[in-house]
Parts: sequence; structure tokens; C-alpha cells
Amino acid sequence: MGWSRTPTEHAAALLSGLLLSACAATPNAVEAPRLGQPVDGATLARQQLNAFPDGRGLPPGRGTASEGAALFAHHCAACHGKDARGGSAEELAGATRPLNTPAADKTVGSYWPYATTLFDFIRRAKPMTAPGTLNADEVYALSAWLLHINGVIAADDVMDARTLPAVRMPNRDGFIRIEAD
Amino acid sequence: MSRQRPALHTLPEVAGGGLLDRRLFLRRGLALATAAAAIDTQAADELPWLHTPGAPFTPYGQPSPHERLTARRIGANRAVAGNGVSFTPLEDLEGIITPNGLHFERHHNGVPQIDPARHRLVVHGLVRQPLSFDVRSLLRYPMRSRMLFIECGGNSNAGWHGEPIQRSAGSVHGLLSCAEWTGVPLSLLLDEAGVDVGASWVIAEGADAGAMNMSIPLAKMRDDCLIGLYQNGERLRPENGYPMRLIVPGWEGVLHVKWLQRLEVTDQPVMSRNETSKYTELQPSGKARQFTFTMDCKSLITSPSHGQTLPRPDVYQLSGLAWSGHGRIRRVEVSADGGKSWADAALESPALPRCLTRFRIPWRWDGKPAVLKSRATDERGNLQPERAALVAERGRAGYFHYNAIVAWAVEDDGLVTHTY
Repeated sequence: MGWSRTPTEHAAALLSGLLLSACAATPNAVEAPRLGQPVDGATLARQQLNAFPDGRGLPPGRGTASEGAALFAHHCAACHGKDARGGSAEELAGATRPLNTPAADKTVGSYWPYATTLFDFIRRAKPMTAPGTLNADEVYALSAWLLHINGVIAADDVMDARTLPAVRMPNRDGFIRIEAD
Repeated sequence: MSRQRPALHTLPEVAGGGLLDRRLFLRRGLALATAAAAIDTQAADELPWLHTPGAPFTPYGQPSPHERLTARRIGANRAVAGNGVSFTPLEDLEGIITPNGLHFERHHNGVPQIDPARHRLVVHGLVRQPLSFDVRSLLRYPMRSRMLFIECGGNSNAGWHGEPIQRSAGSVHGLLSCAEWTGVPLSLLLDEAGVDVGASWVIAEGADAGAMNMSIPLAKMRDDCLIGLYQNGERLRPENGYPMRLIVPGWEGVLHVKWLQRLEVTDQPVMSRNETSKYTELQPSGKARQFTFTMDCKSLITSPSHGQTLPRPDVYQLSGLAWSGHGRIRRVEVSADGGKSWADAALESPALPRCLTRFRIPWRWDGKPAVLKSRATDERGNLQPERAALVAERGRAGYFHYNAIVAWAVEDDGLVTHTY
């Protein structure tokens, strides 16, 4: 009895000591069980909501400001105001006070650096009462209307996966990256 | 008690306005005015709980009904009830841990009621093998526990106003909470999926109504981020991300994506609404600071604070919180004369990195108007700035990342208000 060990136990104890010291040297070297299940490309594509400034993630579809006007009136105006100048929700257009003045207007036209952000955000988050229910054409049309009412594009400019990322936003160079490249 | 009182008037100040040595309470055990005021002498037979059986067991305990006013203060959008914030009542709490029911909230479109059996976390993008994890699987991974504060990037934003806002400390600075978070190191899941060379960002997305997304540098994600599963020992509360949230130590709250459902590994930020239109800080030049992730060195006296009243001239223990997203709090100084002189406060142990730290110092109030301030220094040498210096550097339109010194004015009648 007592605490005497068989040679095998002794070797195991030594080995675990070695493993422990190896772990101590590299704190991240924990054994993970690897329980992730593979996901196929079709499933990923169906769930993909991120729309990047270079256009990656934008789906097929198209829309113009003319088509977007009625959609905005129906889904958005109650909170953002008839002309998107703000209400219970923030102003999105109609900036008069420049960014380098007190109480500057931070609208889509005066502040947002990328047009693709409109698509990314509207598709995932709008309308507030039923997020994620607008189809791609409707999201392109709403993006187009917001760009148009801010004077960035013309009423009949078609917004799609190719043209939306190509829109040059007025405040594109207005940001200084502090903790990222 | 009364024998000690004369001594209070002769104790030497360590800074102007009546600040006393921070070790004083430990050495002499002086009683606070509030505690010493009323020694109740009710006879035991007048206290019913001494003579009747108490309440039975409960499956999940609740605070005393006498503490029902210790509650989150809610500020929601008038048109969309689930859009807004609730503040932690910092002035009603002590120590450093925020009870789970009082952790601050910021929701964009309400709290999703998620069935964990139907929730998945997908890791995809620039990886060798896209993977999906269910909650039960993640609970089998090696975990780490860390005590960490979470502070909203927009916390204390009323500090930018031209006039000092007259609201309780928690209602201005309470988008700040601290908990022990336990979860799976994100590096394990990234390694399992196999991150491609050339990847530099991860886009995290929640499963709320709106699937809010934020971009986070891959290096931070690998370094110390967790898939948070437990909050102060129990599984996350729904309003704090159940069944899982991202924990990004020391960085602004919006990055701690709740109800986490996707992590897309990429070579660029997605430029979501919340990292362009919001959580960027417009400067006087017209340019805006972007990707200001770390919550800077900061502190706040919570007792006494706005709205409270000192009952009489006496010795009080000032108490407050200090924190820094850069690391440990090394020092907190307190002033009782509006910043003309400062004295070191005592820091409670533990003073952990990226965690709230409690500080205390005794103060003898002589009944005359006084201005109380605290300023923190972290282990990297960052010193909390005076408001005038912060405003001179950043203007007043930045909205986010306000970390200036907070000043409380004590009037001659003992009432405490906010001042600049």
C-alpha cells in the first residue's frame, strides 16, 4: 500500500510532468476536442449577410431611386422622416452643417464612407418591425434612393452588385484609422 | 464612538479639502457617519422575524424587496421599445462585480429569445474548413475564466455637453459593468477551422433581429478573445447574449457581439454601419477617428455622487471605480479641492487587468463647498485627462470614448451635484 508506484505508473507520472511543463511553455497548447461540423458552400452562401466595400457578398438584383421612393415611404419614413431628415430615428439626408463645424450633420451623404454599408445594414436590420424580409431588389432600390436624396447618384442610376461598390461617397477619405491598418 | 470624534478634527490632511491618509480606516477602524448615526435599540421581541418561521427555499434567489430601487435605468427609443440602453446603477453597488440582473444593456432591436438547441456558431471565410458549432459541443471545449469590465464606447457621452448633466452617476456612466466571464478561447476554434495566410480581420455577427455585425482584427481575436458562455458562474443572461457572446477584453462594448452566430475570417473590415456611421468620433478638423477599440483609462467616484446628500460635516469614506482597457490600474488619486491638490486612494485587491478596480479614501468634510475628483493611471502610464484637455484635443462632437475626470460639487447643505 502507501504511495509506491509501479514502473509504469512512474513513467506515466514523469510523462505527465513533461506534458505539463510543455503546456506551461506554450499556454495555448490545450487539447481541443475538434467538434466543429463541416458546413457546405451552399449553406454558407444562403446565410451570408456581410457586404464588403469591394462588392463581395452583394447578391444578384438591381434597383433605382425611383423604385426606392415608395419603399422608403412605406417602410422607413415613419421613423426617419418623409425626406429622411430624421424623426424618432436619425437623420439620413439633408445635411447643412459641415463636418468641421459644431453640431455637424452626419448623414449618409455627408458622413458615410461606403455605399455598400447601406446594402449591408438595410438587408440585415431593416425594417425594424421585420428585419431581413426585404428582397435584394428592394434593398438595392432603398440604397439607391438614399444615395439619390443625398445627391450622390441620379434618380435612374441602377444600383447592383457592380455599380453600388463603384459609388464614390463624398466623405470616403474622412476617417483616420486609430488601432487598425 | 463619541470618544473617537475629537480625534477626527486633529488628523492631518494628506491633500487639500480634508483628504486623509488612505490607510486610516484600516489602522483606526473609524466609523462612517452614515453607519454611526443610528444605533437601534429595539427590543428583540419587537422584531417579528425573530419569532416566526422564515420563508421556504426558492429555486433562484431574488434581491430583498427593500432593495427594489437598485435597478437598471432604461433609456429606450420612443418608437422601438427594444432599441436603446439600460444603465447599471453604479452608485448603488459596491465592490467590483456587477450582479447579472444589473449588467448594462445596449440592444438595437430587442432581446432575442434563443432556443440553444437551434443556435449554431459558424466559422467561415478565409479558413481551410468552414465549421459549425452547436452549444453542447462548445460546452465540452477547454475554457478560461477572466474578470473583465465591459464598457460601451458611448458611455459617459453626456460629458461632451456644454453644461454638466444633472443625473445620477449610473445614469451617465453606467454603460459599464464587470463580471467573471467564462468561455472557450477563440484561438481554439480558429485553429480548428484553419485560418488562411493573409487573413487579418474577423467579422462577428449576432443572432438578434438585425444580425448586428462588427469587424475585429484577427490578431486580437487570437490573442485573448473568448466565446463567452458563463457570466458570474451561470450561463449568460438573454440580455447579455445567451447562449453565447464574444468577449473582447478591454475593447469597446459593441465588439462583444451578443447572441454570436457567425465569424467570417477576411482580409478587410466589412465597414458595417456600426463601424462607420456610429462608433467613430468626429474631430474638430472634420475628420473622424475610426477603429478606436481600446477603452481608455478612467475613474469615477460613486460614493458620494450626484443626487446624494452628506447628512453633516464628518469623516466619510469616498469610494469609486477605476478601469483601463490597456491593463491594470496602477494608481488612483483623489482631490477634494477641485484638482488643486491630490492624494493617493487605496486600491482594493485584486487590481486585475481590464477589470474594474475599487478605490477608497477617507475624507473629512468641514461643511464648506467642495469639489471632489478622481483620476486614474494605468500600468502603461496612461493618465485620465481633465475634461478641458480632452475637449481641447477632441472637440465636443466625438460622442464616443469620453474618459475625462468627473467632478462632483458638494454644496454647504451636503447636496452633491455634477460640475465641470
